[in-house]
Amino acid sequence: MLTRRIIPCLDIKDGRTVKGTNFVQLRDAGDPVELAIRYCDEGADELVFLDITATTEKRKTLAKLVRDIATHINIPFTVGGGINTAEDVTMLLENGADKISVNTSAVRNPSLVDELAKNFGSQCVVVAIDAKIIDDTWKVVTHGGRTPTHLLVTDWAKEITNRGAGEILLTSMENDGTKNGFAVELTKEISNAVHIPVIASGGAGTMEHFATVFQNGDADAALAASIFHFGEIAIPDLKRYLQQQNISVRI
Amino acid sequence: MNTIIIKYNAGNIQSVLFALERLGVKATVTDDAAIINSADRIIFPGVGEASTAMQYLKERNLDTVIRSLQQPVLGICLGMQLLCNHSEEGNTNCLGIFENVSVKRFIPVCSSDKVPQVGWNTITNLKSPLFRNVPENSYCYFVHGYYAEESEYTIASTNYTRQYSSALQKGNFFGVQFHPEKSAKAGDIILKNFLSL
Repeated sequence: MLTRRIIPCLDIKDGRTVKGTNFVQLRDAGDPVELAIRYCDEGADELVFLDITATTEKRKTLAKLVRDIATHINIPFTVGGGINTAEDVTMLLENGADKISVNTSAVRNPSLVDELAKNFGSQCVVVAIDAKIIDDTWKVVTHGGRTPTHLLVTDWAKEITNRGAGEILLTSMENDGTKNGFAVELTKEISNAVHIPVIASGGAGTMEHFATVFQNGDADAALAASIFHFGEIAIPDLKRYLQQQNISVRI
Repeated sequence: MNTIIIKYNAGNIQSVLFALERLGVKATVTDDAAIINSADRIIFPGVGEASTAMQYLKERNLDTVIRSLQQPVLGICLGMQLLCNHSEEGNTNCLGIFENVSVKRFIPVCSSDKVPQVGWNTITNLKSPLFRNVPENSYCYFVHGYYAEESEYTIASTNYTRQYSSALQKGNFFGVQFHPEKSAKAGDIILKNFLSL
């Protein structure tokens, strides 16, 4: 049976994880490779690395980091952040990334999704959608939530699916950072509107939140950052809990 | 031992290279027939679209090269599907190693069935040296919208909307639908087994 996936997300700046961790066992809590190996060993199903480095020079650091991750972990990983062109994607895939994620650049230029799907295959094209309630409806926001758009989240999800996206990483900006749970209704709406997998993101605070977004939100995967980094929830405990709730997970 | 990865227009072979590197194996990526023929182990990876991949192989005569290989060959994902007889993807004839095995598109049974299948699923009824020391129901990582039917060559099965072949073998030809290079410990064992066949 296909399992629901648990995906830790690491924010990267200049080759280091930025939100930090309190893993006392790690020699260096800022080393993304060390953290990636730890999550891998704990049973994470995939990893997502979001690069928030801006300059071109620093992007070379990212290529080196991606290569370093690829030589150390044996599960799939996605790299996102600042990807604007097919050349950016080539650089990441050549260094061992399995998937890439685009967000603002796809909203600015939707045909980028077609181009990436055609050149590299849908399986490696993840489109990240940041969603926010504007005038009582879920709208797409860009630039890390700072820029509103007129796009309805459901319409945009359908459009990128038609353009060849392989997966949707759906983040609710209303829930992100609250630890009050995922946007279950929104996740369900999007998951039922498209035929590609939807990764729910934003708001994870407890193990129950994961169960709810899988059972009531029809999420195919769930992503979280700080609760994993700060050891509030250990992945093996989370998976055992989900299994007890009759949710299929890889243990 | 000399391991090569067949270079063609289908997808990301870097992940396979890195996986082999983790196992201490330095593989060569090539589309040169002479080098392919002289290799001890051949990996035929691939993600992409079946008919364009077949066309590319034919144009370079790689279809003939692959069919005539005598040494252990491992097709991965699209590579496995191309070793079958025919694929619905682009309605193309494939290499026909696993003759009579057709590759068909998943048809969702309920609304929660996504196509492609993406994620971790179990492999069962394991019956090949490829799976030595791999426990029944091990989880492997899959990404695919098309599946190979079950047949006499099936050496592992998986269920997604239906039961299908997650691995096939005929003589020296092996094929796995999942990505052993991304399937954690089980994948590492399978790759090691292939290299030590």
